[in-house]
Amino acid sequence: MKLKTLVPACALALASLAVVPAAQAQISGDTIKIGFITDLSGLYADIDGPAGAEAIRMAIADLGGAVAGKKVELLVADHQNKPDVAASKAREWFDQQGMDMLIGGTNSGTGLAMAKVALEKKKPYISVGAGSSALTNDQCTPYTIHYAYDTVALAKGTAPAVVKSGGKSWYFLTADYAFGTALQADATTAVTKAGGSVVGSVRAPLSASDFSSFLLQAQGSKAQILGLANAGGDTINSVKAANEFGLTKTMKLAGLLMFINDVHSLGLKATQGMYLTDSWYWNQNAETRAWSKRFFDKFKRMPSSLQAADYSAAQFYLAAVKAVNTDDGDKVMEQMRKSKVNDMYAKNGYIRADGSMIHDMYLMQVKTPETSTTPWDYYNIVATTKGEDAFLTKEESKCPLWK
Amino acid sequence: MAADVSARTARIALFVGLAVLVAAPFIGLYPVFMMKALCFAIFACAFNLLLGFTGLLSFGHAAFFGASAYATGWLMRSAGLSPELGVLAGVAASALLGLVVGLVAIRRQGIYFAMITLALAQMIYFVWLQAPFTGGEDGLQGVPRGRLLGLLPLTSDVALYYVVAAVFVGTFLLIMRIVHSPFGQVLKAIRENEARAISLGYDVDRYKLLAFVLSAALAGLGGSMKALVLGFATLSDAHWSLSGEVILMSLLGGLGTFAGPVIGAFTIIGLQDYLADRAGSWVTVIIGVIFVICVVAFRRGFVGELLAWQQRRANYTAAHSVSKDKGP
Amino acid sequence: MDIFGIPLQAFLGQLLLGLVNGSFYAMLSLGLAVIFGLLGIVNFAHGALYMIGAYVGFVALDRFGLNYWFALILAPLVVGALGVVIERTLLRRLYGVDPIYGLLLTFGLALIAEGVFRYWFDVSGQSYPVPDLLQGATNLGFMVLPNYRAWVVVASLVVCLGTWFVIERTRLGATLRAGTENPRLVQAFGINVPLMVMLTYAGGAGLAALAGVLAAPIIQVTPLMGSNLIIIVFAVVVIGGMGSILGSILTGLGLGLIEGLTKVFYPEASNVVVFVIMVIVLMFRPAGLFGKER
Repeated sequence: MKLKTLVPACALALASLAVVPAAQAQISGDTIKIGFITDLSGLYADIDGPAGAEAIRMAIADLGGAVAGKKVELLVADHQNKPDVAASKAREWFDQQGMDMLIGGTNSGTGLAMAKVALEKKKPYISVGAGSSALTNDQCTPYTIHYAYDTVALAKGTAPAVVKSGGKSWYFLTADYAFGTALQADATTAVTKAGGSVVGSVRAPLSASDFSSFLLQAQGSKAQILGLANAGGDTINSVKAANEFGLTKTMKLAGLLMFINDVHSLGLKATQGMYLTDSWYWNQNAETRAWSKRFFDKFKRMPSSLQAADYSAAQFYLAAVKAVNTDDGDKVMEQMRKSKVNDMYAKNGYIRADGSMIHDMYLMQVKTPETSTTPWDYYNIVATTKGEDAFLTKEESKCPLWK
Repeated sequence: MAADVSARTARIALFVGLAVLVAAPFIGLYPVFMMKALCFAIFACAFNLLLGFTGLLSFGHAAFFGASAYATGWLMRSAGLSPELGVLAGVAASALLGLVVGLVAIRRQGIYFAMITLALAQMIYFVWLQAPFTGGEDGLQGVPRGRLLGLLPLTSDVALYYVVAAVFVGTFLLIMRIVHSPFGQVLKAIRENEARAISLGYDVDRYKLLAFVLSAALAGLGGSMKALVLGFATLSDAHWSLSGEVILMSLLGGLGTFAGPVIGAFTIIGLQDYLADRAGSWVTVIIGVIFVICVVAFRRGFVGELLAWQQRRANYTAAHSVSKDKGP
Repeated sequence: MDIFGIPLQAFLGQLLLGLVNGSFYAMLSLGLAVIFGLLGIVNFAHGALYMIGAYVGFVALDRFGLNYWFALILAPLVVGALGVVIERTLLRRLYGVDPIYGLLLTFGLALIAEGVFRYWFDVSGQSYPVPDLLQGATNLGFMVLPNYRAWVVVASLVVCLGTWFVIERTRLGATLRAGTENPRLVQAFGINVPLMVMLTYAGGAGLAALAGVLAAPIIQVTPLMGSNLIIIVFAVVVIGGMGSILGSILTGLGLGLIEGLTKVFYPEASNVVVFVIMVIVLMFRPAGLFGKER
């Protein structure tokens, strides 16, 4: 054994261990700690990201910074779209920081991973940014609340309305990964149920930079509607390319997952007439406008539905804590299941047995450049789907908690 | 005289290091972080066996780490295997993959070898992306910890920590054994001068292939343990950026040393962890800066530089003691 | 009329699109091939230089109102200057050391560039408009081809063939090639070899930047655009032959076509087909299709 090699080795091993943040486990005796783990710097940073964290801070500040005699503190981390990082951070915060509740940000993979950690630690977990319906379906847990939207709601919102307005034949451009495939599957079910038909689909690799060839195939199918089962940069690129190749002259675009930031990025000229479903719009009513103005003053842009949901979820949780006067996970979960969500985000929202927060979803159509009067005035609300009809039904659900 | 002193301090340092490892959960070090770092330390040591001791740069080593993570995760979740069987299965999977990749890649040297490993790793990544069992972007979630040998439940972080620490120490000693064996000497010879090794009659390709498979298998051990500890296996475990990170871990710690990769792994994992809630987007920049500094000015890494300094001191002392003896 | 089950029109359309992508691959792999062929450096930072070129174009338009045509000249100059800095301060120290270190250094540089730009700009990307002159599309009968894409094909071919000509057929190129094969001897002739090396790296960087500006109106200008592309471009260069300029050009175009066809028949695999080909080629012709082993 070459001990000479080990000399500096072990000495340095000791030194490096000292570098490791050796935090003693803390129990949040006097503080309520809310954790927020999302994509702060990557593909989805705009629709949720740092502004989402600020929205939660606004929620805490609006309640005076303390609830039931305890101070409220927010922990924020960037999961960099890696489920490992998300789950590790969540676990560390539960173990070392005494975190009481976790709010999940964008990216379904991270959302699912964090749900498992929250289940293990028996603490409430409110998933806002992630879209996968699996969170309240086969992977539902007693501690998961899926707050803002899921792929089923998006599909059920957009597809039937588009079919009814004349778009009977569909072609899907799908991002080739779990989320995209789920979105396509849910939308196909909704389309066929509404009397339409799916004439074909093509699966593009995730983050493909060039969609021209897939769009060409879409054009060849002669379908009326091009369903975009993708998100973020992929959606933006496909819409851009669709315009470039003159596809929008013969087909209408249906964005299955689009946020107001995507429309802003693309501009009204490229997106006009597109249908999309969302859970909230800043220009819906006086209440939403008031809150959005506060957000706009801080960020110089209008909030997305996820950022509004972050605010609402934080306040919903804190209201439950106040009602039961403790931050014990089980008691607060029980209280949240009994409460209603009534704020600028949703009216008469409630938590279902499978964990879905049932609230209305809205079908929007993007305005033409001529009809848009003020900045960020992008949508017309075309139809409202009642909460009970928007999400997965009992027959379709595989959640063992909801039988 | 100098050698005796250094051997003694080495032994002390070794025991202290082991003591820290054993006492970690009780002196306030977070067990889950330690376990994660140890898994990557195993990975880095395995990689170092190939690059530091055999001189082969594989740019796709994450493929083996990810393969065993998925294999172990899936078998434990679906077939309910106990952890030791699950890990063994994972290691076997990586070894097999290593054999296949090695057979294709060994034929070429240097940059071409690195490029082939990269291409093959990308193809394997594509398979993971498409295969339904991996869960694609969502990852393979819900891997249970099970009961070791059917007896000891591993749900307690501390219990699992000792298992992981034991596996790590075992791997470390195994690699030392391999390097100091005759087989290891041939590997070092190949690293120094392959042509001469061939001229001496060694079947160089067979040695390189065996080293590659060993490295892949041990990398797989790291991956399997990681799946066990964190409870999931995802695409990040097989992505080429991880291949780059493990190169950095070995380089930073010191290629061709034993403890170097361990230190490199702890440093990088610690850094990523520390920065995640402070400066997410700067992680990439900092890793890049470390890479650049290492390659330009710090090629021997922490341990390498320390050994070189020790050597200089030993030479100085020896020179001076000689001149003293020469006195009247 | 159907070819392999798809109508001729669609088939031709896909081939044409493949050609457009292929011309990008050709331009980028050209820069890489020049740097590797003449300097022996595997420039992992090539994707980052391409990305920086696109951003130079974007910032030029966004902040200073300089249009696309300015950007085509400005970006290569700015990034070329950056290349000079990189070569002088960092790469120069690695000549004579194992080439693997050059690869690792440029890998580190790519990470730094990506991280910094992710901090400065949105990851979701910035839009860059197609220049007025090239707007619109032409109906070719079997498909509608945006004029801009036709321009890209023409421009890349001109640049590629021009570069090839300079390196393989002119005296300057001959001096460059000689300088890397036997620097001492060439230096003995009074030629400033270090300067040549520096300018070569800068030239390769400039080519990457030019490709970046050309790409900007087609894809989003994002900090990730380089890393998405670099691995594929590497594969192209390796297949074509790491020292061969003509090899990279032809392989780039060819692979663009093959990728385009894959998108029709098995689209999920379109990202991987290049690697499959690379492995096959490396197994039978390690120096690549057109290359000479170094």
